[in-house]
Formats: sequence, structure tokens, C-alpha cells
Amino acid sequence: MNTADVHEREDYLNVSHGLKSWLLTKDHKRIGLLYLATITLFFFLGGLFATLIRIELLTPGGGLVSSETYNKLFTMHGVTMIFFFLIPSIPAVLGNFFLPMMIGARDLAFPRINLLSWYLLVIGGLFALFAMLAGGVDTGWTFYTPYSTTYSNTWVIATALGIFVAGFSSILTGLNFIVTVHRMRAPGMTWFRMPLFVWAHYATALIQVLGTPVLAVTIVLVFCERVFHIGIFDPALGGDPVLFQHLFWFYSHPAVYIMILPAMGVVSELISTFSRKPIFGYRIVAFSSVAIAVLGFLVWGHHLFVSGQSVFAGMVFSFLSYFVAIPSAIKVFNWTATLYKGSVSFATPMLYAFGFIGLFTIGGLTGLFVASLGIDVHVTDTYFVVAHFHYIMVGGAIMGYLGGLHYWWPKITGRMYPEGWAKLSALVIFLGFNLTFFPQFILGYLGMPRRYHTYPDEFQVLHVLSTAGASILAVGYAIPMIYFAWSLRYGKLAGANPWGASGLEWKTPSPPPLHNFDKAPVVTYDAYDYSTVVGEAVEVG
Amino acid sequence: MGSLGLFPEQASTIAPDVDHLLYFLLAVAAFFTLTIFCSIFYLAIRYRRRSENELPRAIHGGTALEIVWSVIPFGLTMVMFTWGASIYFNESRPPDNALDVYVVGKQWMWKLEHLGGQREINELHIPVGRAVRLTMTSEDAIHSFYVPAFRTKQDAVPGRYTTTWFMPTKVGKYHLFCAEYCGTNHSRMGGWVYVMAPRDYEAWLSGGASGGSLAESGQKLFDELACGNCHKPDGSGRCPSLTGLFGKTVQLAGGGTVKADEGYIRESILQPQAKIVAGYGPIMPTFQGLVTEEGVMQLIEYIKSLGPAPAATH
Repeated sequence: MNTADVHEREDYLNVSHGLKSWLLTKDHKRIGLLYLATITLFFFLGGLFATLIRIELLTPGGGLVSSETYNKLFTMHGVTMIFFFLIPSIPAVLGNFFLPMMIGARDLAFPRINLLSWYLLVIGGLFALFAMLAGGVDTGWTFYTPYSTTYSNTWVIATALGIFVAGFSSILTGLNFIVTVHRMRAPGMTWFRMPLFVWAHYATALIQVLGTPVLAVTIVLVFCERVFHIGIFDPALGGDPVLFQHLFWFYSHPAVYIMILPAMGVVSELISTFSRKPIFGYRIVAFSSVAIAVLGFLVWGHHLFVSGQSVFAGMVFSFLSYFVAIPSAIKVFNWTATLYKGSVSFATPMLYAFGFIGLFTIGGLTGLFVASLGIDVHVTDTYFVVAHFHYIMVGGAIMGYLGGLHYWWPKITGRMYPEGWAKLSALVIFLGFNLTFFPQFILGYLGMPRRYHTYPDEFQVLHVLSTAGASILAVGYAIPMIYFAWSLRYGKLAGANPWGASGLEWKTPSPPPLHNFDKAPVVTYDAYDYSTVVGEAVEVG
Repeated sequence: MGSLGLFPEQASTIAPDVDHLLYFLLAVAAFFTLTIFCSIFYLAIRYRRRSENELPRAIHGGTALEIVWSVIPFGLTMVMFTWGASIYFNESRPPDNALDVYVVGKQWMWKLEHLGGQREINELHIPVGRAVRLTMTSEDAIHSFYVPAFRTKQDAVPGRYTTTWFMPTKVGKYHLFCAEYCGTNHSRMGGWVYVMAPRDYEAWLSGGASGGSLAESGQKLFDELACGNCHKPDGSGRCPSLTGLFGKTVQLAGGGTVKADEGYIRESILQPQAKIVAGYGPIMPTFQGLVTEEGVMQLIEYIKSLGPAPAATH
């Protein structure tokens, strides 16, 4: 085959050309790619901040930058990575592109709103970028009052407005997904025939729609407090600074599940495809996504165990937090059981899925530590917590995102990535990640507080290990950037279904035509039915 | 570079309790991590794809297995919950004979006051083997009083009192950190806790006192602010008598009661309109801005010293 053959066929990439055809597109696939470009920029910006943080922490005395600058670096690292990379990452890129295709729809329910949501992310991102260029913000991504409302002299309002606007992007994406799943499924695509990726995104969308408005309200209150001194959070005016923490975590704890649930959805697809078996306990895995979304709204108080909240409230929130562990554990066990008597391939996306399960297991199990009141009093606000949530968000969410990106890359671009390099980078990322963050568990239990520009000498060995890991991790993230770009031109051409996967998105050419399917699909079988895919099958198991 | 230990020193009665729970959690975590890692390694290699056209038989699930791997983790998490909650409960209940120390956090230092009037900044001297209760607040942002060797941490929140306690078990010098991010010099807001042998502690106490005990300073302040013009000891003033007040239950105007603890007295000085005692008018002005947080603590100690209640003397 040569390149000319490919372009005889019309697909979503060559159907129209020029900047305008992209910036005014209503095609969910192109919007997914707009998101991909946007969040990739934010990922490398957030990564740059992380690099500077890790270099600074090589020495205990804080020689590289001033304390003001250091505080801005970790704040902007968190703001960038959470609000402008992780929250949009899988839903807005892979969800946008594949959720409609996986249920056999031509597009999302509201294509114009979908485009609007991308513009909102860009506008929010520009606010945040403006704040960073103008001098930065130093409140931590958590914006705790009264520091953020009364004492910080940095660009709090510009940053908060950026997050406020980006929040509406998230709400609109969630709304679009919910309506699409309810209204746009192809004939025969019943709820229990939907891929688990779709279930995970449905659960995520519920959180986005129900949780994000609370963040918006909280930001408005911070704005009013800072500008008009209305006394919601300032104790001198009769306010309560801890009220902010309740409001903030009411959104921001579920927001962790906005980041991890879609990754779980990706992993379900990968484990099934690359062991060529339906997910063990499909319905239980589907319901566990919804259970995590619902329970996520009941546990915010576990961030306040030492904030002066009552002992009784602490106990209730600790108790409820343990309930989240059950659906999470169920998923891990079911993924593992899926391998049993399967046909397991070691293609790159599967390596990422294995990496995800391993790192999410450690992140989840250390979640049991911080949910335990007696332990949390000691480790909260230390590096133990930093390590725990990086295992979930970087080890979990980013591994899922990269696994998904490799898996669907042939579908998105019509080209294969180079398998050898991809396997190598997956391995480098896994090793670099563990070397970066595992020492931080020990640091935290030893008592090293988070957000410290300087630290006692005895912690230096572990910080040096962590920085060494971070430099390996940085290489691991740079390699895929290079070979993905390379593959756009030089990658092997991909067929419609290079993995032998069962989803509807693989039953249409790569890259897909403008309206996804040449003929509207009718679904007559369950998800993950590989007998429809494998031609002359060799039965095993 | 300092020495590299994997666990922090244990220097309080609660520290071994916390560490024992940690060992349990580590054992559970290690077990499940190994189980998952080994299972994946074994299954992935045992069932690796040998030909491109393999079609494994579909297995849709197993109810018994799902129940087993839901119920066992649930049981384990309930042990973690109960164990952790019992430690937390103990941490919230200081013994009656605890030594009281007041703490004020401000950007970027810890100010500590002992009942005898000794004041310290970023240092706390306490005797070994005696429970210490901290009553703390902040003058600005939220701070957090953290001593890793004691495994205790408590936020100091502006506008209210929070308390914590610990009983040091080992003479030594331990890190004191601020654990809640509070601005530019957050990482420098800390110092040392010195746990001393009782005799050394007595020597330190007698060397450090100046200008009278906290209660005496409180009395001076009480007189300077002319609080006694209205709060007459015999109850004949326009405001309630403060004699024997501390620890009593107070009837409020409009119904309801409140226990007269440190938090209530602080609120009544800074926001007198918040809770009005039954039978009195809302006539007291606020002393916000006129009294520092340390001054409020001295006043509280003075009021505490005004016991016992008159009724008890009859």
C-alpha cells in the first residue's frame, strides 16, 4: 500500500482543510484532537514546573529559587496538571473521540456545545497562563482560606477565574456525554452491551455535572471575599475559614474520581482486548464505576481530620471512605481474573494496563492508610499524601491515558507507532515513576511536610532518589512525544482493526469517515464478543 | 546528608500505637500488592498469546468469587477503621492532670506560653512523662502544629481554639514543623520540642519566668481594660460575674446553654454579641483589635483562677 491509496478514501482528517475547518469544526473527533493539542501543551508546562521543583529539592537549603518562587512553582504545577490536564485528559480527548463511536453514534448529542466546551477550556487556560506570566500565584492548588482570601499578594483572582471558566468546559462535556449515552445509542446497543469505557465515562459525567458547580460557587465566594470582604471565610468578620475546606473538597475529592474513573474505563478496554476475553464480572465492574462516583460525594471530610472538625465527624468520614475501597478492589480483582485462560498479548497498551493496575493498587492501598484516622493525623500534609495521590493521578490516570492513546492511535491517525520504542518508554515510565514517588512514602512517614522549600538535612537522601527518578520519568514522557509525531508521517499504515478488538470503533476504517460509520451499525451481540472478530479461530482455554 | 532511617523516632505514648497500626496496614498492603503482582505475572505468562488466531472461551464471571473478594477486603477495612478511630478518640481526650500550654501560630513563627508566664518562640520545653495539652489558635492564616516523633498534628485555625495533647516518653530534642501551607516562609516556620528530665524542666521553668504567671498577667489586663466595672465579682454589675464561671454551664438568652470553656470565653471577649447570657443585655463592646490572642489567653487563665464558685463557699 502507498500513501496515495489512503487518501482516495475520505476520512475526518482530509474531508476539509485549513485552520478554519478545525477551529469551527463540530466533529467530535476533531474536537478531541483540539483537546489533545491543548492539554499536551499544559502537560509539558506542568511538567516544567515539576522539573524545577525536583531540581530545587536536591539540596535542603533551597538554593535555586526563592521561597516565593518555589511556592508559586508547586501551586502552578498543581493548578496546571489538575485543572488543565488531568480533568480534561481522558474524557475530553479519548472520550470525545470514542464515546460516540463505541455506542454507534455519528457524533455527540450537542456538537456545538462540544466545540464551546473546548473554547471554554482554552479561555480558562489563557486566564491561568496570564496569571502565571504576570507573576504567578502562591496559594497551593487548594486555595485554602484565609490565606488565599486575605494574605496572598499574588494573582489569585485571575487563576481562580481561569479554573471557574474551565469548570464550565467540564460541566458541558459531562452533560453532552450523559445525553449522548441516553439518546444516541445505536439500535441493539443496550445499556449492558455498552463497553466499560462508556460506563466509566457515564459515571464520570455524573460527577462533572453534579460536583463542578460547587467548585464554581466556591470560587465566586473566594472572589467576593477577596474583593468585597463579605466575611464568608474571614473569622474577623464572623466567617469560618474551614467552611472553604468543606466546599472545596466536596468538589475536589470527587474530582479525583473524574481523573481516575475514565482511566479505569480505558484499562477495562485494554485488558479485554489484549487477553481477548470479556471482562470478568462485566456488570459488577460497570456498577462499581457508578458506586465510586456516588460514594465519592460522601467522603470529603477525610481531608479535614486535623482541621478542628469534630471527632464524631472524623469517624463518620473515615468509615465512609473505606466504602470506596470495595468497588476499587473489585475492579482490580476482576481485571486480574480476566487474564485467566485468556490469550494475553504484550502489546504496548497492555503494558500500560499492567502498569496501571500495579500503581493503582499501591495508590489505592495507601489510600487505606490515609483513611485511617490514627495514621492520617501523622501523615496528612506530608509527603506520604503527596506520594499517595501521585500514585493515583500519575501512576493511575496518566498510565491509563497513555495506554489509551497508544491503543487508539492507529484509529485516530491511521498509522501505527513504533512498537519497540513504545515498549521501552512504557518500561522507563514505570521505573522512573516508582523511583520518583516511592521514596516519598518513606519521607512522609518520617515527617517531611509537603510544600516545603527548605527541609532538614536528614531527608536529603530520599529527595535525591526522588529527583533521580523524576529525571528518568521525564525521559519516559519525552520519548512518546517524539515517536507519535514521527509516526504521523512514517508510521506503518494501520488497518481498521489492528488489535483484533471487538468495539464498534474498530468496525470502521482508520482513520474513520466524517460520520464515523459508512453504514449505521446495528448491534446484535454483547460487548467483548471476540467470536465476531477472530476469523479462523484457534480455540483455547 | 543525615542518617537514613525508615521510621521516625517514637517519643510519645501514642507513637507506638500509631506505628503498630502502620505495621498492620503495611502487612495488608504488602500481601495484596504481592498477590496482584504475582497473579498478573503468572497469568500473563501462563496464558500468553501463542498464535494470532487464538479465541479463548469466554468466562463471564463468578458470583462466589465476587462475594469473597468483596467481603474479605471489607472486613479488613473495618479493622483499619476501628483501630484508627480508637487512636483518634484517645488523641481527642487529654487526661485531667495535663499540663496546659497555649500556642499562637502566626506568619511565620510559633509563640508558646506556659501557665507560669514563660514565653517561647519556635521552642517548647516540656517534662518527660507528663501529659501536655495544647490550646491553640492563629493570628492570620491556618497553621498546623506537627511533631513527627509524637505522631501528633493539629491545625491552628484563626477565630477559634483547637486542642491536642501528647505525653512525651523520651528525653530529647524533636522537630516541630508547620504542616499547613501558610505562605512564603512556611518551610521555616518550625523549631524544636525539648523533652526534659523533671529536674531539668524545673530548672528551666525557674530560669524562664518573668513578669508573673499567665493568670497574673491576665489580671493586669483585666484591670487595664476595666472589665471589672461591669463584671463585678458579686454579680451586682451590668454583666455576669466571672467568679467560678469556668467549666460551668451557662444559660443563654433565647434558650440554650453553653459550656464555659476556653473557646466560649474567647468568643465572648472578641464577639460578645454571639452568645448573650440569660438575664443580661447585649451591651458589651467587642475587644477585637484591642486584645491580642495572647492577651485573650491570659484573660482566660485569670478567669480560670477566679474559682471556686460563690455557691460552693456557703
